[in-house]
Formats: sequence, structure tokens, C-alpha cells
Amino acid sequence: MSDTHPEVHEERILWTELLWAFGVGIFIAASLSMIVFTALTRDINPPSNVERVDPKTLHLSGEFAEQNLGTSVGSDGSVTVRMIATQFMFAPRCIAVPQGRRVTLRFASPDVIHGLLITGTNVNTMVIPGFVAQVHTEFARTGDLLMPCHEYCGLGHSEMYATVQVMSQSDFIPEADGRVSCAKR
Amino acid sequence: MRNAERLCLAHFWVAFAAFLVAAALGTWQMWVRSPLGAHIGTPGQYFMSVTAHGVSMAYVLTTFFIMGFGYFVAVTALDRPLPGKPWAWAAFWAAIIGVVMVLLTIIAGKASVLFTFYPPLTASPWFYIGLVLVVVASWVWCILMLAAMAGWKRENRGRPVPLAMFATVANAVMWLWTTVGVAVELLYQVIPAAFGWVQTIDVGLARTLFSWTLHAIVYFWLIPAYIAFYTMVPRAAGGRLYSDTMGRLTFILFLIYSLPVGMHHLLMDPEHGNGTKFIQVLLTAFVSVPTLLTIFTITASLEIAGRLRGGRGVLGWIAALPWERPTVLAVGLAFVMLGFGGFGGLINMGYGMNAMVHNTSWVTAHFHLIFGGSVVIMYFAIAYEIWPRLTGREHSSLAPLRWQLWLWFIGMMVMTLPWHWLGLQGQWRRVANFNYADPIIASWGPLVIVSVVGGFLLLLSALLFVRNLIALHRSAIIAVRRPLYALAVHPPQRVPAALNGFGLWNVLVLVLMLLAYGYPLAQFAITPSPSAMVHRVQ
Repeated sequence: MSDTHPEVHEERILWTELLWAFGVGIFIAASLSMIVFTALTRDINPPSNVERVDPKTLHLSGEFAEQNLGTSVGSDGSVTVRMIATQFMFAPRCIAVPQGRRVTLRFASPDVIHGLLITGTNVNTMVIPGFVAQVHTEFARTGDLLMPCHEYCGLGHSEMYATVQVMSQSDFIPEADGRVSCAKR
Repeated sequence: MRNAERLCLAHFWVAFAAFLVAAALGTWQMWVRSPLGAHIGTPGQYFMSVTAHGVSMAYVLTTFFIMGFGYFVAVTALDRPLPGKPWAWAAFWAAIIGVVMVLLTIIAGKASVLFTFYPPLTASPWFYIGLVLVVVASWVWCILMLAAMAGWKRENRGRPVPLAMFATVANAVMWLWTTVGVAVELLYQVIPAAFGWVQTIDVGLARTLFSWTLHAIVYFWLIPAYIAFYTMVPRAAGGRLYSDTMGRLTFILFLIYSLPVGMHHLLMDPEHGNGTKFIQVLLTAFVSVPTLLTIFTITASLEIAGRLRGGRGVLGWIAALPWERPTVLAVGLAFVMLGFGGFGGLINMGYGMNAMVHNTSWVTAHFHLIFGGSVVIMYFAIAYEIWPRLTGREHSSLAPLRWQLWLWFIGMMVMTLPWHWLGLQGQWRRVANFNYADPIIASWGPLVIVSVVGGFLLLLSALLFVRNLIALHRSAIIAVRRPLYALAVHPPQRVPAALNGFGLWNVLVLVLMLLAYGYPLAQFAITPSPSAMVHRVQ
């Protein structure tokens, strides 16, 4: 290997490297542009509401007290689900949600780290004690979906999951107090 | 070798013993999670096994291998004795004591918190203190690497530090930065909680500190593979390194960009806002630069080798490469796995797209493919390459070495491709068993079984690897001294100070870390978040 080989002249090597680096730059710019584009135009962002809640007292009063858990429809028609993720269950164990409507899901943990996803949807968040995790979504199809805890929370972690019942809009009828429960099967 | 053989071999054998045990545990875990092995074992046993698997692979295999390889490079690339060898042995024994403490607490069932801890869950304090000992040992190693390079520079003023050593020191400097996060988490938050001195933990802060370490640690594991790419592969293929400067630049970029990106592991966390998450996603995109540069430089180096061996045409040089040599075969297989794993990684870092894959089998597949695949297969290649130096003996046949590498590659692909698909279907990770009576989970059964087959191939390959090394120790063939490290096409005579040391780059790391982690950490002081009660696992 000597400098007389035209392929490996120092200038030639530098030229190929610069060309490649240019390609790498284009590749990175393109990937980042897609992320920025979807974030700005389609509102695709990670769940990041940074809202504090005390894990030691959240069960005593406020929105995560027992009587406020589950699905509720506001006077403006907005659908909000509140759930507790705790060792080793979700409370409530089943939630009812409407198909094709914007739903806000809010979670809190009184003990350790949990996390969840809903199979076949884009719902995915960590539930960190000290913070409220909030996700917005729209369920496309009716039927039952699995909602497992996806972060290690102790030896009973594998048994921790809930069911999401996606109802058609005609079946999704709130009671007088605005609450909707899972249908009995 | 100047009498560092025993030091290196001691480190390597601890690393590979841990590796073999961890491989067996991993296969067992896959078996009991599959429809084939459902109802075998208890969750307690499963999470004990997962903890042992993670700790052995991620902390013991890597740290011991990297320390042993660093000592080897310091002695062979610089061609001078290792400074402070008694310190190296002291660090080795401190790390051994640490590993024993960790293993005993795991076996006693008092440390089933996995290798990523998850406070406010807490294990026995001796589990964490054992890990701290391993980290302290690695700090001693870092200082010895810096001392070795400084000593060489004093004796060789103005000359460029050999690339293998430059890269090793880059890794040592990066590791010193990397361990700050987890060290603060353990010493300030988790160990006091484990002893019962405090009753609560600020979980958001703990996760943020751990994320400081969590990404760069992966590059700590990966850099030995890249050192082999740049300094061993071109020579093993019979060619030269295309560009020494590009090598230096790559390792400097790793130092700079692997640190301020750890919060991409927290994209789905509620304790950070979109602004700081997005800054780290931006920086994460640049982490791909050193890898993309490496693929170019190493492919060009291999092309030189292929053409020297008579390869013609656009792609003819590929067929002309000496694929029968284990190092060349390993780099080919590593690049394929790096390609698949790297693509998966782009999805992970994709900000919003992360929601599709976070904490699913997709992520498990990603890091098994990148670390277990590309990196560990290069650990094998390095071991095969340097074992004759360490033992003075030669492999009697290369066929079992090639078999072992192929088995590892096929096993890794058969295991991780189904995992990627299952992850997209929503299969979540870190569970002891699945309820296959559920129709959604039942539909995953066949692919889970395919991945178990991959797991058994990997175990077979792990056994064959250890067998190959033992066979070499017993080989009757005396090794012939041959050069280990590749020459560059244009070996550098002088390089700028910036490409021969790390002072300037440390300043840049500090600036980027302030930018990336300044506010995310400060927010826990500005608005203290409500802390969570400590939960013991035992």
C-alpha cells in the first residue's frame, strides 16, 4: 500500500470521507425533521405533563380518592379515566371507554414505579410515584383490550393487568352522575 | 506482554464465567415464559434469575472484560510495562469481593430488583455496596489507563498516541463521567434507604440520575468492539486502516455524545417536560454519527484488504476477503446485527414513536441485538485474537471458532426478530409468565416458541466458546508472534493536540451535560416532588 495508488491518496480519502459525512448529515436532518413535523402538525408528543401528587396521601381526597376512580363524562362531554396503579393491581380492574372519541387517561401510584400500555393502541406511559401520568387517545375499534403493568414493581408484577372495554358510542351511556362502568359479562 | 498475562487472563475468565452462567439463566427464563414451560418455577425464582442475568451480563462480563482488555492494550499498544500493577490486582480483588456480595444477596432472595434497581423498591444494602465496589475498581482502572497514556506521552513527546490506547483512554474518561449519575443515586438515595436511615425516596430524581448513566454505560460496553473494528479487523483481513484520524474522531464523538442523551430512556416518564426531552432526542440523533462513520471507515478498510487479495469489481472484494478467519467473520456478522439493531434504535429514539415500543419486547430485542449481538460477538473475536498472545499457544483448528460465531449470530437473529414483532403487537417485558389462556396472548405463542429455539442456540454457542478457550489453553501448538494492530494507510506522524488528548473534550462534555441535565436535575431542588415510601423486596 503506497501513496502511488490513486485510490488511497490522502486527498482522495478525505474527499470520500467528507462525502459520506455529508450523507450522514442529510440522514440525521431528515430523521429529525420527521420528528419535528409529526410533533407540530399531528401533536405526537410523549406524555410529559409534570404534575405532582403526593403518593402517601392521594387515596385520602382529591381526584384519586376511591369514589372518583374510573370513567367519568364531564358536562362538556369530555371523557376522563382515573386509575390507581398499585402493587399488584389497577383500580378499577376494568374501565369502559367510548370508540372514536377523545379520551384522557390519568394514572397515579401510591407505592412504587409502575407502567402500562394498552395492546394495539398508542397508549403507553410510566407511572412514577410523585407524579400524575396523563395520556390522550382515541380508541379505533370496539372490543376488550389488555392493559398490563409493563414495569417491574415487585414479585407480583406479572399478575398486574386491567381490561379496557371499548364500547360503541351508542352503548357508552353515562349514568346521572356522569360515570360509566364496564358492562357485566 | 511484560508479565501482564496473568492479570488479563484473570479478568477475562471472571468475565466469561459470569457470561456462561448468565447465558444459561437467560435460556431458562425464556423457557418458563413460553407456552412450553408455563407453570415451571415461581415468580420469586424468575426475578432472582433476571436479576442475576442482568447483573452478570451488564456489570460483571462487561466491566471485567473491559478492564482486562484495557490492561492488554496498555501493555501491547504502548509497548511498555503497566504502571501501578499492584493497584490493578488490588482493584481486581476488590471487584471480586463486590461480585461475591452481589451474588450472595441475589441467591438469598434479598436483591430481586433487577440490574436497574427501581427505587423505591430496595434490596439488601450489601447488594448495592457490592456493586459500588465493582465501580470503584473500575475507577482504579480508569486512573491506571490515564497514567499509562501520560507515561507514554512523556517518553514520546509530540508523537500520536497509538489509536488502540487513545480509544481505551477515551472509554476510561467517558466511564468516569458516566458513573457519576448512578454513584450519586446509590450513595445519596438508595443505600441510605436500604439501611433504613431514610424512609422515603424522591423517585423522579432517582430515575433522572440513573438515566445519566444508563445510555453512556452502553457505550462503555461497546467501545472495545469498536477498538477491535479499527485496530484489529483491518490487519486480520490483510489490509490497512483507511483513516487513523477518522478513528480518533469517532472515539471523541462517543465521549461527547453518549452522555447528554440518557433521558431518551425517560421519554414515557411524567416527571420531565417535552422541552428537555426534545433537547436530548436532538442530541441522541448525533450519537448515530460515530457509528455511521465507523461503518464507512471499516468497510473501506475491508475493501482495501479485499482488493489486495485480488478482488475485482464493485463488490468482488467482498468475496475475496478471508472469511475463514474468525475476526473477519465476526465483523461481518456484527455489522449485520448492528444494522438491524440500529434501525430499531432509531424507532426507540423517535420521540413520539417511542410510545409504540416502550417497555415492550421490541426494546429487549434491540439491546440484545446491539449489545448481546454486535458487541459480544466482538468480545469473542477479541478473545480469539489475543488468547494466543496471553497463553503462548495457537488454536489447533479454526473450524470450532467459526461454528461458535455462526451459532451466536443465528441464535441472536432467531431470538430477537420474533421479539421485535411481538413488541409491536404489545407484548410487554419483565414478567415471570404469560397467561396463554387469554386469546391475545395465545396468538403470540408460536413466535415465542421460535425465540426460545434462538435462546437454546445461544446457550450452545456460549458453551462452545468456553470450550474453545479451554482447548486453546491445552493446545500443543506454540503461537507465532505476529502483529496485532493494523497500520493506517497513511500512518500519522503528528496529530493536533485535540486529537491526542481529552482536555478540550472534557470541557465540551461539561457544557453539554449542563445543557442537557442542568434543568432536569435542578427542577427537583426548585420544586421538590413528593417522595415515595421505601418498599423492601425481601
